[in-house]
Amino acid sequence: MHFDAFDRYHEKESFIHHLDPRVKVVITVIFIISNVLLPDGAWLAFGMAWLLLLAANGYSRLGLGYTLKRSLIALPFALIAITVLFSIPGKSLYEFQLLMWKLTITDAGLLRFESILIRSWLSVQMAILLVAVTRFPDLIHALEHLKVPAILTTIISFLYRYLFVLTDEVFRLIRARESRSAAATGARSGGGVLWRARVAGNMAGQLFLRSYERSDRIYNAMTARGYSGHLYTLNPHEMKSNDYFTTALAIAFIFMTQILGRL
Amino acid sequence: MHYSPEPLHIPDGFLSLAVSIVCWVISAIVIGMAISRTNKSLGEKQIPLMGVMAAFIFAAQMINFPVLGGTSGHMLGGALASIVLGPWAGMLVMTAVIAVQALLFQDGGLLVMGANIMNMGLVTAAIGYGLYRSVSSQSRGVKLAVAGVAAWLSVMAGALLTSLQLWLSGTSELTVVIPAMLGVHALIGLGEALITVSALGFILQTRPDLLGDGSDSAKASRNWVYVGWAVALVVVLLSPLASADPDGLERVAIDMGFIDTGLSAPYEIIPDYTLPFLGETPISTIAAGVIGAVVVGAILVLLGRGMKAKS
Repeated sequence: MHFDAFDRYHEKESFIHHLDPRVKVVITVIFIISNVLLPDGAWLAFGMAWLLLLAANGYSRLGLGYTLKRSLIALPFALIAITVLFSIPGKSLYEFQLLMWKLTITDAGLLRFESILIRSWLSVQMAILLVAVTRFPDLIHALEHLKVPAILTTIISFLYRYLFVLTDEVFRLIRARESRSAAATGARSGGGVLWRARVAGNMAGQLFLRSYERSDRIYNAMTARGYSGHLYTLNPHEMKSNDYFTTALAIAFIFMTQILGRL
Repeated sequence: MHYSPEPLHIPDGFLSLAVSIVCWVISAIVIGMAISRTNKSLGEKQIPLMGVMAAFIFAAQMINFPVLGGTSGHMLGGALASIVLGPWAGMLVMTAVIAVQALLFQDGGLLVMGANIMNMGLVTAAIGYGLYRSVSSQSRGVKLAVAGVAAWLSVMAGALLTSLQLWLSGTSELTVVIPAMLGVHALIGLGEALITVSALGFILQTRPDLLGDGSDSAKASRNWVYVGWAVALVVVLLSPLASADPDGLERVAIDMGFIDTGLSAPYEIIPDYTLPFLGETPISTIAAGVIGAVVVGAILVLLGRGMKAKS
């Protein structure tokens, strides 16, 4: 597996790709906070936020629908909010019988449900765009500049660096399990659920030991090369006037969205 | 890529700003404590170890086992990480895992990351380590059984906290979200318990030194026993009280005729988390919770014995 198998970065030449990673992180977070703060049913403001998202998509040259295609990941979670459809009092829109429960969808409930979904959908798209236009190591570096404790960013760097190595290890373990799990056509191989869980547990234990011993070797190799507890980068990450300008512009736009949502 | 989203990862937009910020503050304080403790007690050598262990937790979540009709179970890892690495290091490792899941895979939001870290990283580590530590000098079978109960309870604690946060944000109905989340996670937690127990059994057998005297796992303060049991107790006591106490939200639901038929999830073993002979009181629900935990414990003790006999 290649070292960047997990990276969602898309190499393109655009001014958004060239922005300082700090700027991108800050704007993303402010955008998400703004979405959460918008009142229910602020359709115009939601539209504005979407416009900003479209503009960011367009300027990053990934195509206007880039984040839209990938934004369905948060959809299953919508199930958890479905109860608001019925629980908020309001004008009844639709009544139906589900098994033994009589359910009534109210207008206020529908409004709240739609608003929750839109907020979540807008926010997840900006987060998708963030990793599509920023290399992950740059992102971690930005977090360090933004005062995330060094020990955490270092752990995250190691996690990112060794994830694909250990994933290869997992594939080897899974391949070994599959090659030992032969079965005649139509018949099931292996034991019951408990037996299968135990096999999976032993694999996790095996993976743990291999990871643990590997971390020893990694540490020795790093010490031999001068590691003393801190990772250095050659990337200077300096804020340019372009970065300040974009930040100001984005914040102004988000601020206007907020005003529009409260009119 | 080979990555399946978890039902516990809250996306952005589902929690209100106030709830998100409160959770971030709590998580940040605990993470800060974890950082200062690990800086004091661990050397620079531990940083690569924690990093690779975080990658391990991430990769171990890809090891799945078929359960029923296409669904498969796999591990969340909070309890195992804290048992093997000690509570503070376990918390940092889980924080890194959850941060990468949110940043790289958008599994869980950024603003709500504090809540996700609290639910899946901090509370799971406290319960996992605290309960395990209280029996760390006992026999192998007891250790494994308690680790299993701890793993199960840690998943339940995460589910309970997630439900409460969703309710406080006005996203879900308390009376529905708690039974639904706890019901689903009672099953998910069983998978977690089984994998944690067999992984731990494997480690105890091949590298007992990693968990013996002088290991990172044994070094942490014994106070964790109280912390772990206190959090576990809160889970067992709070889940029934939260769903049995008729608060404003619930009254609204009753007024609308939504729950007068007694909404119960079809997968509950103990109906409505109450015992028939005790009636619909909080005590009955608490008893049901305790019985559930004891049953899981008993199953795991038997399993532990069986595995010991075989190995």
